[in-house]
Amino acid sequence: MPLSTQSQADIDQYILIASLDNARNLSNILKAISFRDHAIFNATQNGLKVTVEDSKCLQANAFIQADIFQEYIIKEDTVGFQVNLTVLLDCLTIFGGSTVPGVCTALRMCYNGYGYPLTLFLEEGGVVTVCKINTQEPEEPIDFDFCSTNVTNKVILQSDSLKEAFSELDMTSEVLQITMSPSHPYFRLSTFGNSGNAHYDYPKDSDMMELFQCTKIQTSRYKMSLLKPSTKALALSCKVSVRTDSRGFLSLQYLVRNDDGQICFVEYYCCPDEEVEEE
Amino acid sequence: MQTLFRNNIVDKQNIMDCVATGGNVKVLAKAIHSLSRIGEELYMEPMEDGLALRSVNSSRSAFACFLLSPLFFQRYQAPSDQSFRCKMPIKSVQAVFKSLTSLDRSVEKCRIQLNSEKSRLTITLHCKHGLLKTHNLSYQDCEGLQAVFDKESCANVLQAQPRLMVDTVLHFPPSLEEVNLSVSSDRVWLRNHVEDDTDSSRAMMTELCLSSEEFDHFAVGSQTSITFCLKELRGLLAFAESSGLPISMYFDEPGSPVILSVTDSVLEANFVLATLSEDSHPKNHVNTKRPDTEQPPDDFMSDDMDSFLIAMETSELPGPSHVPTSPPRPTSNRKHSFSEEEALAEGPPNKKFCSLFFGSVLPTPSQLPNQTMQSQEVLASDSEDENQTETS
Repeated sequence: MPLSTQSQADIDQYILIASLDNARNLSNILKAISFRDHAIFNATQNGLKVTVEDSKCLQANAFIQADIFQEYIIKEDTVGFQVNLTVLLDCLTIFGGSTVPGVCTALRMCYNGYGYPLTLFLEEGGVVTVCKINTQEPEEPIDFDFCSTNVTNKVILQSDSLKEAFSELDMTSEVLQITMSPSHPYFRLSTFGNSGNAHYDYPKDSDMMELFQCTKIQTSRYKMSLLKPSTKALALSCKVSVRTDSRGFLSLQYLVRNDDGQICFVEYYCCPDEEVEEE
Repeated sequence: MQTLFRNNIVDKQNIMDCVATGGNVKVLAKAIHSLSRIGEELYMEPMEDGLALRSVNSSRSAFACFLLSPLFFQRYQAPSDQSFRCKMPIKSVQAVFKSLTSLDRSVEKCRIQLNSEKSRLTITLHCKHGLLKTHNLSYQDCEGLQAVFDKESCANVLQAQPRLMVDTVLHFPPSLEEVNLSVSSDRVWLRNHVEDDTDSSRAMMTELCLSSEEFDHFAVGSQTSITFCLKELRGLLAFAESSGLPISMYFDEPGSPVILSVTDSVLEANFVLATLSEDSHPKNHVNTKRPDTEQPPDDFMSDDMDSFLIAMETSELPGPSHVPTSPPRPTSNRKHSFSEEEALAEGPPNKKFCSLFFGSVLPTPSQLPNQTMQSQEVLASDSEDENQTETS
């Protein structure tokens, strides 16, 4: 690969090197969480975690495991920095969308450490572009304290059916209400808009429902504006898990297959707008 | 017996309960879609002989009605003892039937229930994979909406396959408002209508000539030329094309409405459009050739309402006698302003069209004065006065 023309000395100075033959395997998943300009990067031996937050109520994380990368070298336990996600995405797609099958942008992402910019080497069709993006001190991501022991209700659905519901949601509704219950209506999405209300019910025995574990009836409302960005992740995914905990916090986990069929995850955490314990 | 008893009580609260299945769900959605090309509101009236869905434009120069017979539905329950009419913003109903193209693949059953106790119209879509979509829409009670027309008495009748009409209309730009249709004993001409005062050197004229042989039925009483608004017709054309049903056209002399109709064994759609009267003076004129025009009391009369008289002569629809349209009940402000914008957008051309009708009943003399005047917003000029603009 042309990018390997760098000298050994250059490579030695980096504390993080991540390479992909197809940059889309990174850019596509980052687009699913790109609702704000800034993203917090946290790299460990396991891989890359990218976090985007909104008004302390919503957090989105994208996980790209180490084995997704063709080359993944990390010289410290954790490497963290913050960059402008919009700029990063613009660079990753700098060669534009390629319509010729088989032609894609190769990426080598390098980081020298604290205070240094994030360096991207991008190559397509023999043309190499080098981008250096300024980094900032990484903020500490909010800990939503969402642990599996506190989960009251959980369902796993095939994304196709949810995609349809989300595309039809009444956007004049300020909230999206989610009801999960061991009995009817099982799993319900509700909106309250200008012309009336709407309910989308998924029965527990639907063939789109892969897992249904609801212990008690719970109804929570979330601001529609906060959840709207999650539709990008939904569009990319093939399965989604919806979990609520005893406080009504929502966890949405999306299983995404990249161009090469490898699995990555995107998750969204959202605070409830107002808690309605039981209906 | 216990269960039976309970069901009966539930049924009484439901003014209407009907279920459409399979391909008819898409037909229903398309009917609503074509009504949305006419007006902002959907008027619904469940009757014993079927469900009537109607719409009218803000200047009252275009009206459409779909009558779905009980056989259209897998199950049809309508009030037998009471008349019930309601209306709602048509966009809310359209939102229920999104993704029109995949409707027949995803929706198995559509249930429409009107519950007067909760003042809700509930549309439930039973979809694939057990997914249930329930929409509870609020509605307003309203007076009946019915244009008066008599297809049988029209001197000229044409019937054609939808393909012919759609292909013909293709030649005219989508923005074209008015089109002129002229018939002779063996030909039909379609031309774009150009204002008299338009500079003829700058206007593009399009003319299409069709032979009577292209029509399934061609009965022309005498040479006639009528001008009407094409835009409002496109909804019907789209519906007819998708259903494959022939379109019938009924018309008389200029000034009398033209009726386009699509019928099959379980549904009947009528689109009634006003035509330009021969006197092209900007103000509306009643067609004075009708000798037996009924004269309502003087307070009622104004230039705009003259053509109302045409409708009144043949109408005496049953129902309580109160004013044809009442001021709208408080609804969201957005709905109100939307109709004002709609009326403003109609623009000058509508000034020349006679209003078709309206009012389902003759107003009693005592109720005439203020309310009736308020409810008339026929002309575009009136629509500029916000106070008088109305949605119903």
